Amino acid sequence: MSAVLRLVDVHRTHGEGEAAVHALRGVSFAVHSGELVAVMGPSGSGKSTLLTIAGGLDQPTSGRVEVEGSDLVTLSQAQRARMRRTSIGYVFQGFNLIPALTAVENVALPRELDGVRSRTARAEARAALEEVGIVDLADRFPDDMSGGQQQRVAIARAVVGERRLILADEPTGALDSETGEEILRLIRARCDAGAAGVLVTHEARHAAWADRVVFLRDGVVIDESGSAPVDRLLDEPAASR
Amino acid sequence: MSVKQAMLALLEQEPMYGYQLRTEFESRTGATWPLNVGQVYTTLTRLERDGLIEPAGEDDEGHERWQLTAAGSDEVATWFTTPVARTQPPRDELAIKLALAVTVPGVDVGTVIQQQRGASMTALQDYTRLKRQAGRGTDRREELAWGLVLDSLVFAAEAEIRWLDHCEARLRRAVVERPAAAPSDARNADASNEQAAR
Ligand SMILES: Nc1ncnc2c1ncn2[C@@H]1O[C@H](COP(=O)(O)OP(=O)(O)O)[C@@H](O)[C@H]1O
Ligand SMILES: [Mg+2]
Repeated sequence: MSAVLRLVDVHRTHGEGEAAVHALRGVSFAVHSGELVAVMGPSGSGKSTLLTIAGGLDQPTSGRVEVEGSDLVTLSQAQRARMRRTSIGYVFQGFNLIPALTAVENVALPRELDGVRSRTARAEARAALEEVGIVDLADRFPDDMSGGQQQRVAIARAVVGERRLILADEPTGALDSETGEEILRLIRARCDAGAAGVLVTHEARHAAWADRVVFLRDGVVIDESGSAPVDRLLDEPAASR
Repeated sequence: MSVKQAMLALLEQEPMYGYQLRTEFESRTGATWPLNVGQVYTTLTRLERDGLIEPAGEDDEGHERWQLTAAGSDEVATWFTTPVARTQPPRDELAIKLALAVTVPGVDVGTVIQQQRGASMTALQDYTRLKRQAGRGTDRREELAWGLVLDSLVFAAEAEIRWLDHCEARLRRAVVERPAAAPSDARNADASNEQAAR
């Protein structure tokens, strides 16, 4: 089965020489359709770096990053941007909603940027808001919503238009435990419906919604646990373990 | 876990027969703490002896039912209004194992922690799978009860994992802060990290 996301021996170094920070040192793993993988590790271990690279927001120093078979590293900037808008949904820790736009406008924005007709984009956005259970708040502005509601909008924006890869960086950050669980249920449901998901979290309780858990330390995968058979964890032969 | 208190609390709801008590108990707690029927009957015998329950006649199918006495009702009320005692922490094999692992020479503490974390994470994933199957548990009282029991297991496993992360961080700091006088076990922890890095 082909992977939706595949990282092969990814390195990312910030700075040079003495001051160089090796944020990732040879990370390989794959995420398939229908699968949710959690990435855990102490702060500074490289989780966010890993996710921004998987989402094409940052470039690896070396290694391959494939999304649905195309290598993000070798794509042109324009192709990469298009990939980000159409295939990849990104949920940021701080929600990152645009305060001057309503919920439905925030969700429709990536589709409109991609040239989808405004009307169609709105309809898709409504459907996505419906899915996360807050279509009744479609015309509210982010400032008039609770943290949990804003995060639902952010998730709707990440899944609108059938995106195949969902990347979420601490999506439950500031939420209470029950709202956090609702968010996890939503992400889980998207993956059960065929998307591939990567969830960065430092809470084991949330990581447990994933099929597999990857533990990062100092830019290296030190441990994996999960229900999948071991040979599927890294499906590159003779990878870095 | 007190089978006695649980049986009494269930009988507060309505008179029940032995097998029914077991079914009702498990509909609230899943198969987490399985009760065998023998245990239920032994407990009922003791509760009757102690004057906490009495026969309540047979139901339509001829099952012999039990009901609380006044003393039994008092016992239930006292149980619910008294916090569970926390004075004597239950013996925790994992804490003891780690305490010994850091002091017994030649034990690779890093690996002990990593393996345990993997196992605890797998258990946590299993509980979460059960939660997913159980749904949101708001339809029936018993489902809600079972959901809360699962949450209790989830939070306990999470606490264990957090504590293991904490142990690992402290051990690593100890290794960094005392490089010259590193005890053999600390060097082991370091070596295993390096090995994992390769
Ligand atoms: N833009 C950057 N410039 C320099 N160092 C960075 C930059 N981004 C991240 N780092 C460093 O890379 C390491 C990994 O960071 P990050 O991926 O944010 O970790 P995490 O999300 O696990 O907390 C850290 O040591 C961090 O300081
Ligand atoms: Mg981060």
